[in-house]
Amino acid sequence: MKPKGKSKNKSYKPILPGTKHWPVVQLNKRRKEFIERTVEETLKRVTEENPGTQELREELETTLHREKLRIKQNPWRVDPPDEYKFWENVKNDLLELAGKPESRTEEEEILRRIIRRYAQEIAGNFKKSRYKLAREIIKFGFARLLNATRVKRFGAFFRNQYTLRDKIQITGKAKQLRKLAKIGTVVMVPTHFSNLDSVLIGWVIHVLGLPAFIYGAGLNLFNIKIFAYFMNSLGAYKVDRRKKNFIYLETLKMYSNLALQEGAHSLFFPGGTRSRSGQIESHLKLGLLSTAMEAQRNTFMKHPDNSGKKIFIVPVTINYNFVLEAPALIHEHLKRLGGGKYYLENDEYSTSYKMLKFMLKFFTKGSDISVSIGKGMDLLGNYVDNQGRSIDQHGRFIDTRDYFTHQGEINIDPQREDEYTRRLSKIIVKEFHRINRVFASHLVAFTAFEIWKKKYHKLDLYDVLRLPEEDLIIEYNEFKECFGRLREEVYKLKKKKMVNIAPHLKNDIDEVIKLGISNVGMYHTKRPLLFNKKGDIITHDMKTLYYYHNRTDGYGLEEYI
Amino acid sequence: MAMASKNISKKPVGVIGAGSFGSAIANILAEKSEVLLYARDSETIRKIAEQKENRGQKLHTNITATGDLSYLASACDVIFPIVPSSAFRSMMQQLSPYLHPYHILIHGTKGLDISLPKGETLDSTKELTRENIKTMSEVIMDESVVIRVGCLAGPNLAKEMAKAQPAATVVASHYWEVIKEGERLLRNDRFQVYGNNDLIGIELAGVLKNIIAIASGALSGLGLGENAKGLLISRGMVEMIHLGKIMGGDVHAFLGLAGIGDLVATCNSTLSRNYTVGYRLAQGESLDEIISTMEEVAEGVNTVRIAKKMVESAKKRAPITEALYDVLFGDLTVEKALSMLMRYPYNVDIDFI
Repeated sequence: MKPKGKSKNKSYKPILPGTKHWPVVQLNKRRKEFIERTVEETLKRVTEENPGTQELREELETTLHREKLRIKQNPWRVDPPDEYKFWENVKNDLLELAGKPESRTEEEEILRRIIRRYAQEIAGNFKKSRYKLAREIIKFGFARLLNATRVKRFGAFFRNQYTLRDKIQITGKAKQLRKLAKIGTVVMVPTHFSNLDSVLIGWVIHVLGLPAFIYGAGLNLFNIKIFAYFMNSLGAYKVDRRKKNFIYLETLKMYSNLALQEGAHSLFFPGGTRSRSGQIESHLKLGLLSTAMEAQRNTFMKHPDNSGKKIFIVPVTINYNFVLEAPALIHEHLKRLGGGKYYLENDEYSTSYKMLKFMLKFFTKGSDISVSIGKGMDLLGNYVDNQGRSIDQHGRFIDTRDYFTHQGEINIDPQREDEYTRRLSKIIVKEFHRINRVFASHLVAFTAFEIWKKKYHKLDLYDVLRLPEEDLIIEYNEFKECFGRLREEVYKLKKKKMVNIAPHLKNDIDEVIKLGISNVGMYHTKRPLLFNKKGDIITHDMKTLYYYHNRTDGYGLEEYI
Repeated sequence: MAMASKNISKKPVGVIGAGSFGSAIANILAEKSEVLLYARDSETIRKIAEQKENRGQKLHTNITATGDLSYLASACDVIFPIVPSSAFRSMMQQLSPYLHPYHILIHGTKGLDISLPKGETLDSTKELTRENIKTMSEVIMDESVVIRVGCLAGPNLAKEMAKAQPAATVVASHYWEVIKEGERLLRNDRFQVYGNNDLIGIELAGVLKNIIAIASGALSGLGLGENAKGLLISRGMVEMIHLGKIMGGDVHAFLGLAGIGDLVATCNSTLSRNYTVGYRLAQGESLDEIISTMEEVAEGVNTVRIAKKMVESAKKRAPITEALYDVLFGDLTVEKALSMLMRYPYNVDIDFI
């Protein structure tokens, strides 16, 4: 099935003639120097936060303690072999210091060693040639897979009838994004549902003719050799979610901050990790966003004549009918919600084989995907026009510098910037909901789950999820009536620009329901929704249904059940 | 803050609204800074310029009156808008084109703004939800690009401030720099400044207090004594907190200067406009009579209407507010309202912490 509606299936020319001028390439040329700068700036930050010698020692000891614990309790294959030795040395050096009182320089030397190690681990290693190769492999590989599976005829393997562009629709403000990437530094902030998101976004960036973005990829993805190869080549830097110590987090933030100041377009998944519940992220991680805020203020300070680059935030939502990890994700979500128990950052795709199988299934079987690109904003959440000028809600131009100005001068006020970051994150969440496209599959899942929830309103969520399948039947006409009502409400929201919809949602209602039910989580072994012989609606997996239901949560639609 | 008194800021500070509170604040600001005081009508401006006096208050020589909002906005980085809530939004709409994100606005208005769908009024609308009700800081952010916003609240009876009696205020804002700026500009030996980062909570405390102030005036108007007042203040406090919670406020703000502090001050003071409304009601005057003879707006009257509608929409109860509403806008007498309240089945003293 070709995607319906206005899929802008055109190709975009690269906005920069050659990869030579790409910010990420420039950055990589001076990799060593850049790492050293990161180290020194982070060192400054950490020592400022720990003015007393004793404090600094405690910081180091806490870090040491946490790292040793991590090495013991949660080792990964990707971890370097000398890790134990490194921390053992830190321990010995700290022990030696214990006797000496005023020895700030030595503590700082240890700190520098730690930061340098972190910075080197984090820093990406972008290689032009590898990037190009990886891109071709992805394009070629996926095209072959698509054609082979979609046209089930011998020889289809070498056809070019279907391309990724048929499968993945890009909607929204693509043209503006290209313009903004030319004049400023873009921070793309997508929703995060699946491990495939980063590859998908990487592909979108390429299709739009944009230079490669840098982005933080979970270190666990580097456990897989094939993936590591691609990641390294696509401008990824490494984020280790097991390390939550202050020094590491500061190094990570400084890396991102400085890279942004160098003009490297960046990609943040502001939700932090994949949405476990299936909901659109409602609370964003502020750490990385705050680096954009800092970078922007710094650029303004450095260039009083306004010649510095402006940073643009571009929210993106990725809409799937089917998320392969859904059952595992929702399971984890429920476990966390129920017990609030401690759990380890686990590594579910630990081998290349598992990962490949996953990707194969995804790209061959997964139904159509749409990527919605939101309007560009400045760091205060004001929309910008195609020239990158910020515009307020009354259509007047604003100078973003003014937000960082106090008594006529740009000054550093961390509390203010924290508040701005929090504000920005709320605006991004709102934008996510606004540009999110409701698919038929999302709405059928929402409708069915809410009908059952209402029917058993005396039960709590966990009991509802545990209801026996034979109790879970919705008569078709009841479902249709309810679905129709909700669809009307979705239209109303769309009119108020609070959500977007896929064109197929507007078709004849029976058709839409059929499409929705056949698409929702279509390749799970246990289907979240299906018709029984009588044509009524049943489920084989309530938890996964709950997951897909959650996608449309947060719009207040449950009132209309 | 020893430095602050020497450090007269180069740019003047703006005050919008030359009512008695606006004038009192202008006077305090003028001790340290040049002040531009905006008044709407030219008569007031002329009077201030010629006689250095307004609303019975002598004005500091550092105060210059102006009728030009664009001039005020370009001359000042920090502006204190202090106009009645009913005029606040339109004032902001006039001011907005001249504002920039570097401006800091600290308002001193203890009222609410209602934005309803076109054609609806407070009486005709079926439901009043939090989205329809805006505090003044929210109005500022709706109408302008300014986000470094704060508010003043606390027991600040304008007439006492005019006499330079000791007092204190709360400057609330999400931004420390706004609090610090407010403190730098306002604080002196007779005027203490406290900071709070719960902007909405502090605004609500100041706003909702006015309801209880009217009730308190009514009790006095009936000639009742201190037992009754003690009862009212404590139950009134509980009701304020419940109303505040419906509007998304936090308990803490109500326990400080802007809540209990302001409540005690206004509930005992014949200087308070809201108190006066209640007092005269109990004396048998009608609301129309009272309003037509008052020089300045008693915010509490409008707040009662809004709070009553909101409580109804939220399907909650607020006995004092509801009774007051019937006295103000219905035909219930103050005596009957009181006897109704005395029969109301309260039983738990504290149930909000």
